[in-house]
Amino acid sequence: MIKLSRYVLYDIVRSKIILGYTLFLLIISFSLFQMEENNSRAMLSLLNIVLIVLPLVSLVFSTIHYYNSYEFIELMASQPMSRTKILLSEYAGVSISLLSAFLVGAGVPVILFAADATGFALLFTGCCLTLVFSSIAFWASVMARDKARGIGLVLLLWFYFTLIYDGLVLMILFNFSDYPLEKITLLLSALNPVDLGRIFIMLQMDISALMGYTGALYKDFFGSGTGILFTASIMLLWMVLPLWLAVRKFKKKDL
Amino acid sequence: MRISFFIVLFFSFSCHARTIIVGANESCHSLKQAIIIAKDGDTIQLKPGNYKEGSIILTKSLTIIGENSPVLDGENKYEILLISGNDITIKGIHFRNSGYSALNDFASIKLVDCNKVTIENNSISNAYFAIHVSNSAFTVIRNNTISGTPTSEQLTGNGIHLWKSNNALIENNQVKGHRDGIYFEFVTFSAIKKNLSEKNIRYGLHFMFSNDDTYTSNTFRNNGAGVAVMYSKKVRMEANHFEKNWGPSAYGILLKDISDSYIIHNTFLKNTVGIHLEGTSRMDIQENIFKENGWALKVQASCEDNDFHHNNFTGNSFDVATNGTLMLNKFDNNYWDKYEGYDINKDGIGDVPYHPVSLYAMITEQNPNALLLMRSFTIQLLDRAEKAIPGLTPENLVDNKPLMKSLKL
Amino acid sequence: MIRIENISKKFRRLQVLDTISAQLIPGQVVSLIGPNGSGKTTLIKIILGMVRPGSGEIFVDGHLISTDPAYREKIGYMPQIGRYPDNMKVGQLFGMLQHIRNASDEKTDKELIGLFELEKIFEKPMRNLSGGTRQKVSAAVAFLFDPPILILDEPTAGLDPLASEILKEKILQGKRKDKLILVTSHILSDLDELTSHIMYLQEGKLQFFKDIDTLKEETGELKLGKAIARIMKGEQFSNNWIDKIMTLRKDEKIY
Repeated sequence: MIKLSRYVLYDIVRSKIILGYTLFLLIISFSLFQMEENNSRAMLSLLNIVLIVLPLVSLVFSTIHYYNSYEFIELMASQPMSRTKILLSEYAGVSISLLSAFLVGAGVPVILFAADATGFALLFTGCCLTLVFSSIAFWASVMARDKARGIGLVLLLWFYFTLIYDGLVLMILFNFSDYPLEKITLLLSALNPVDLGRIFIMLQMDISALMGYTGALYKDFFGSGTGILFTASIMLLWMVLPLWLAVRKFKKKDL
Repeated sequence: MRISFFIVLFFSFSCHARTIIVGANESCHSLKQAIIIAKDGDTIQLKPGNYKEGSIILTKSLTIIGENSPVLDGENKYEILLISGNDITIKGIHFRNSGYSALNDFASIKLVDCNKVTIENNSISNAYFAIHVSNSAFTVIRNNTISGTPTSEQLTGNGIHLWKSNNALIENNQVKGHRDGIYFEFVTFSAIKKNLSEKNIRYGLHFMFSNDDTYTSNTFRNNGAGVAVMYSKKVRMEANHFEKNWGPSAYGILLKDISDSYIIHNTFLKNTVGIHLEGTSRMDIQENIFKENGWALKVQASCEDNDFHHNNFTGNSFDVATNGTLMLNKFDNNYWDKYEGYDINKDGIGDVPYHPVSLYAMITEQNPNALLLMRSFTIQLLDRAEKAIPGLTPENLVDNKPLMKSLKL
Repeated sequence: MIRIENISKKFRRLQVLDTISAQLIPGQVVSLIGPNGSGKTTLIKIILGMVRPGSGEIFVDGHLISTDPAYREKIGYMPQIGRYPDNMKVGQLFGMLQHIRNASDEKTDKELIGLFELEKIFEKPMRNLSGGTRQKVSAAVAFLFDPPILILDEPTAGLDPLASEILKEKILQGKRKDKLILVTSHILSDLDELTSHIMYLQEGKLQFFKDIDTLKEETGELKLGKAIARIMKGEQFSNNWIDKIMTLRKDEKIY
């Protein structure tokens, strides 16, 4: 599998899109830290990149890569190689390249300018979201019949996770504001990896405000390691589950 | 010289002199006994040891000095030292295990009707109330270390408690683990300086009906509810540090029915709410640093004529929140890190006014659960839409001269 | 060597294969023939595990193929249209295949690479290759690991006559080595001198599977194409496809 991933990785590096993504992140991050007088604003902009741009890039890049390497997948399928191995190698190649692009493009500036708890939370979330959204993209690609449908599906998913979902949550909060919604809100945020990542960063960036929350559940959640443990494990589930579904489908798929 | 030495020696041996030494190996074994035989102006020197003498009452003008922190133990039953008199100094003693009483506020050191009493360099541990002062003037409480054993709000008393006093000086003490670190009620013309009050169950400083006081250069950290200043006038709060006061009702400062006071040069760092203002008027709030708080300011609609100027607001989750649409307070010349305007004429002042209350801040006031959506893309879009076409946020809560660069404070 | 048991496959509503059963043994050169869309390629892909059968089972060397992908070590596959990763160079392709299969140089058969003079284009990326050259690469890949089974899908289509002869010679050599060779083609002429068995598919059904001598006996024809045509006609098969075979027979002299 490692051998196969190496070839996938090699192919991705050659395509130069990853290089462009790295440079984009690097330029944006550096200019944010240089331009802004205090880091808090730069971190805020970086947060937006991590929560909005990064899922989009991960989704679209992974999907395009999947369809572009269809020949490679076919070739490998005619070799003594299990389907699971082939798809996981593809995933490993894609996620490793996206991860390294993020770690170089955003990680280096963050470590240089803002190496604190918030900075590391941001990097951790970025890494998690990269893995989650390439996993989701693989699932969508395996499900969709062709490239156009695949890209359409992931764009829809991106729109849903970054924008529509929170709007729905806000609507629920207002329509049912007479009911105790604390547990529901927490549960709802677990159903969206972007929200989960956002809360993880908020645990560092906005802990003062979060501690203002009434309700023992939140205090417990935000005040201790429970919150970090919870977000980390749900995040892990978000990485594994779509990939597992993708593998399951891929094994039965006619190439 | 030699004669005087002999005199001192003679008096100390006979328990009838200016300095009385109390200790296990001395002729005078107990502090109580020493107080009985002492006359006004005498000094009692307490040798190291553990003294269990129940409640000690002191009315004479004495100086009691502990040598190497002798322990006065209240055995969890007694009020250790009850003082009522003038010109008294208590120094260098460790008060331990004073009793608890639901009826009387038992204290390790209690001052009633005193004048010019100094409590200095003592340490007090495991007390119900540590130092309890009532109806006294010119009290000095300095360099004491007070640490309580916090249980519940009912079972724990205050660290330094002053009631109906004037001209007190509370300086350089460390208080932790009590209900309120420092408590002032009906205390006037007094100063609280350079104290550290932390990890108290309720307030680091609780301040009521106390006019014309100053508190400067104190640190209030990690208290259950921060600092409350209520029903008072002409209070000067300067150069204090309010840090990590976290909780649903925790504030850097809670201001309630305060007027004509100053809040200058303070630092508010990582509090749930920096300053909460309620029924507050004519305050001058300037040159403070508000950094990484949940809400830098919560200004209730019941406040008027407060002037917020030349403050730095950076890294706060919310800069200002309010519960109404009417705003009778003034904001100008502050630095807001969320300000996105421009400065074409380069005078350091942004050309576009800044509205520090966001739509989202209004939403969370109404629906606290929405807090979990903070910094979400959806929320940012909503905020931007509101900034473009304001409709719900108070229109006159505005800084017309937002600074482009932060102030050097 | 390959046992096909009651294989059926539907693509949506279209019945592509309908209860196909056959047993292929070493030393046979089986021509799988049938009109376009008769299910030849699907059957091959099912044997290779690239398409999952709707029902039925396939055994290679007595092992059920759906359980372990290792059986594909025994199969060399030459696809109808070879598709390879665009960025990969020809040399890298061979290197990679050898690498992922852990095959030492002694275990490989690089004769075709030499005969097709592929070393000359080792530095060319796959995307720049013409259709014919791609076919040469595909053929070389199929024979690379000297497998006991060869599955060749339309091997001579698109090859120039010289290359075609080289390949035929190679297939013959395989036959002599007692390999099992399965070839699909609709141009019978190319391979009739090699073929030992004919497997005829039409509309997803296996019409017959007979050895060449029996066929000739039954039809009395010496030439294979005519033999088949006779059979078709005798069994009332009126189909454009057979006419096509005949016309191509006439055009044979073009080569």
